[in-house]
Amino acid sequence: MSGEDVDEITKIVVIDSDSVLPSDAAMKIYESDVDITIKETCFGTMVTGPRDSVEKVVAEVRALDPNHVFVKQRGFPPGDERRCRASRGGGPRPGFHYLRNEVATLPIISRALDEYEAYNPAEKKESPDKISPSKLKDIIESEL
Amino acid sequence: MAKIFIYPTNSLILSDLVERFGHKPLAMMEKIREKITTVGVDSPPINITPEDPKHGLKYAAVEVPAGVRGRMSIVGPQIDEAEAAIIVLDSASAFGCMGCARTNELTKFLARQRDIPRLEVKYPRTEEEGKDFVYQIAEFLKSLPKEDEE
Repeated sequence: MSGEDVDEITKIVVIDSDSVLPSDAAMKIYESDVDITIKETCFGTMVTGPRDSVEKVVAEVRALDPNHVFVKQRGFPPGDERRCRASRGGGPRPGFHYLRNEVATLPIISRALDEYEAYNPAEKKESPDKISPSKLKDIIESEL
Repeated sequence: MAKIFIYPTNSLILSDLVERFGHKPLAMMEKIREKITTVGVDSPPINITPEDPKHGLKYAAVEVPAGVRGRMSIVGPQIDEAEAAIIVLDSASAFGCMGCARTNELTKFLARQRDIPRLEVKYPRTEEEGKDFVYQIAEFLKSLPKEDEE
């Protein structure tokens, strides 16, 4: 199923946001020009493909609402017959209950991340110092 | 970037927080992916080969059930590889593919035996606990070295 040479991974993107819907994330992924497969689910999206492409796309989706989009890797690709309920006669797939339980906790974690970020703002990037007038004058004169 | 062992080993929240703060989570999912994409291990629904309980002997005695040893053959090497560990206690959802209480006990025991930075926090159930949970994990992850990026 999966390529033997290509390092293919699957990531689960779980959306817990008021401003970003799972469909928005899916549209963002459809817009990307990388070769990946996606599956929309009730809690978000599953993205499968080469590692670099998946990580690029997932970073783009996460950037939509960083503290409210959560990502984890998944062992099995979507539709794998060892996990897909279509081939197992229905019922939640193994691992779904755990995910559902954690999804119920995500609002608490999202708000905590918002608060942590507000309390501990990201370190400011150091901007280069301004050039002194005398140095600028030297540069101008040297050009002449 | 440090390799962080997480418990529960398949946690979305922990795996996400570790990546978010710039480290590499050592999670069950990556190992399972390696396993199922390895040619020769493709007998659904069995993912554990007869060899795995033998590898698990490094971590659990021979009289321990094969299920524990099979799980330890996946979790054990991750604990050995870890440079730090985050253990979440009282997680109500330690069932499903995490559903072996003895493996969970052994996993926590082995992680605590290792001389690596370790954070143990309780699973958050309220807003206040959630803030404390995120704060502790974030500060712990920020305190770890981020070198080794050559």
